Amino acid sequence: MTPLLSVKDLQVTFVTPDRTIHAVNGVSFDVKRGETLGILGESGSGKSVTLRSILKLHPAHRTRWSGSIALEGDEVLTMEGRALANLRGRRVSMIFQEPATAFDPVFTIGQQITESVRRHTGKSEAEAMKRAKDLLEMVRIPSPAQRLAAYPHEMSGGMRQRAMIALALSCDPSLLLADEPTTALDATVQIQVLLLIRELQRELDLGVIFVTHDIGVAVEVSDRVGVMYAGKLVELAGVEQMADAPRHPYSRGLLASTVHDGMRGQRLEAIPGAPPDLGEVPAACSFAPRCKSVEPRCLAAPPPLKPVDDSHFVRCVVAA
Amino acid sequence: MDTFVRLPVDRGGPAQPLLLASGLRKHFPIPGGLLGRATKVVHAVDDLTLSVAKGETLGVVGESGCGKSTVARLLVRLIRPDRGSVVLDGDPVDEPHGITVNELRRQVQMVFQDSYASLNPRLTIVETIAFAPKAHGLPAAEAKARARDLLAKVGLEPATFAERYPHELSGGQRQRVNIARALALRPRLVILDEAVSALDKSVEAQVLNMLIDLKDELALTYVFISHDLNVVQYLSDRVMVMYLGKIVEIGRVDAIYGDPQHPYTRALLSARPSMDPRRRTREAPIQGDPPNPIDPPSGCRFRTRCPFAEEVCARVEPPLADVGRQAVACHMRARGSGHSRASR
Repeated sequence: MTPLLSVKDLQVTFVTPDRTIHAVNGVSFDVKRGETLGILGESGSGKSVTLRSILKLHPAHRTRWSGSIALEGDEVLTMEGRALANLRGRRVSMIFQEPATAFDPVFTIGQQITESVRRHTGKSEAEAMKRAKDLLEMVRIPSPAQRLAAYPHEMSGGMRQRAMIALALSCDPSLLLADEPTTALDATVQIQVLLLIRELQRELDLGVIFVTHDIGVAVEVSDRVGVMYAGKLVELAGVEQMADAPRHPYSRGLLASTVHDGMRGQRLEAIPGAPPDLGEVPAACSFAPRCKSVEPRCLAAPPPLKPVDDSHFVRCVVAA
Repeated sequence: MDTFVRLPVDRGGPAQPLLLASGLRKHFPIPGGLLGRATKVVHAVDDLTLSVAKGETLGVVGESGCGKSTVARLLVRLIRPDRGSVVLDGDPVDEPHGITVNELRRQVQMVFQDSYASLNPRLTIVETIAFAPKAHGLPAAEAKARARDLLAKVGLEPATFAERYPHELSGGQRQRVNIARALALRPRLVILDEAVSALDKSVEAQVLNMLIDLKDELALTYVFISHDLNVVQYLSDRVMVMYLGKIVEIGRVDAIYGDPQHPYTRALLSARPSMDPRRRTREAPIQGDPPNPIDPPSGCRFRTRCPFAEEVCARVEPPLADVGRQAVACHMRARGSGHSRASR
């Protein structure tokens, strides 16, 4: 069976007159329908760049892509014009960290959802309004009919994020991209939105890619988790394997340095140093300078992503 | 080896709180009515009393709009309270027989969340750190020497970093500079307002380790404000939980996390994402968002989201009262309050 999305050896480079940034350096993964892939990484790891590449959201004149992104067999990286416009919103849609800036402040929530529905499905105004109301109901917004007339600023942060999910799902996409959608929300609201995304994913049999820097969030929503570092997937595994027995020294370090219950009084195992500059294509393991288990062969060549078993892959010559 | 030796300035002895704030209130009027008159008021902090013991870390948690940052700003007098007083080791602040606001700020320093916005982009790191000591009368050469010592203390090699500008540093390095600057006046109390929240987890761990070391070495007291309950649990001796400008629960960290009494504290704790994929969260502990601090609900401010709210909760504001090992503001825990779950 062809996967819903298949990313192969994706490389993304940003070129400006001053410098070149190798943001993503060979990322490959598949996402099936009905599956949530969590992508975990710190700032600058390339997780958001990878996600946005799936919609070709980066500015064309400054971005160099190579590799392949295939959605149900259709190559995304060569799509342009009408095909690309039909991809965005209709087949793949995205939710962002800041719903306040993702919505247009001068139109009501109802206008923005109906615009998208009419553009992509050709429904009439009345049909689109009906659809918008159903969508707000689906994302559990109380009194949806009244809420359609609300402007984004009239809603609380949690309600806005629900409305953005409604907008994202308005044209029945098969793949939902989520870029830290709960990071800006309060704790008691974050968990509500996480549960909502989990439920909708199941109800609508969506493929979801959920980018986050928060291990707890990744554990709550993901079926599989990929850990990114310096533009590469360094480990990819089922969520249980990743939580119980991460193999890559960076994944282990990330888990050990995340404070959770019962760590009081223990010294935190911080990862020393900082992530590398992405100005050059790495010639060795990018994590080697910060790694406790570094060996000479780590510096010889970039390590390949090797299978530990049929569902667990790690990019480390020492751990594999 | 190190010229940075903190002089003991303790006056009241260990039993006297380092900082005592009583009846603090801050309301922000929102202009917008006819002729620019305020028609609405944000109830940021309402009649809040708290004490910070010498050498402890007091954690402050709560969601956006609960007033935790306003409390921090009131404690260092970045904003004036509408009402209430702050007493530092027995000396009332800004009162005839007390200490000046200037002196308060020498002894109480603050670190903010945005490490970049907190630094002057035109000053080198060493100038930034030496600025306050110079302003408080230390000769320039001594101030610079102190700044270099502090850089070493926060783990930044002075030879490498002293002459750099903020934009040449990473977020973690900049936050170390902000901490060094906060320590430059040899304060007794440091208020950390979401100081590690913007950092990546691996860097956050480095900074948390450093904060613990500095506290021991310099005999500091911390007020640690964060939305991250795990980090607060890790660092704090006592924890204060705020909701819409009020304290809902306060007590020892093990009591608050092990045996929370207020329904809001319980909800906050169980809203933390699970770290175990086999024990994922099934149901959100409470629904809805925190209400707007403009026109907060009558009586108990949490009642609009509380699953146990009854008529008394809308009518009477629950006082903060001792219950076992902590103090809690909830009618269910107050004997004879009239709530059906309260003991008579």
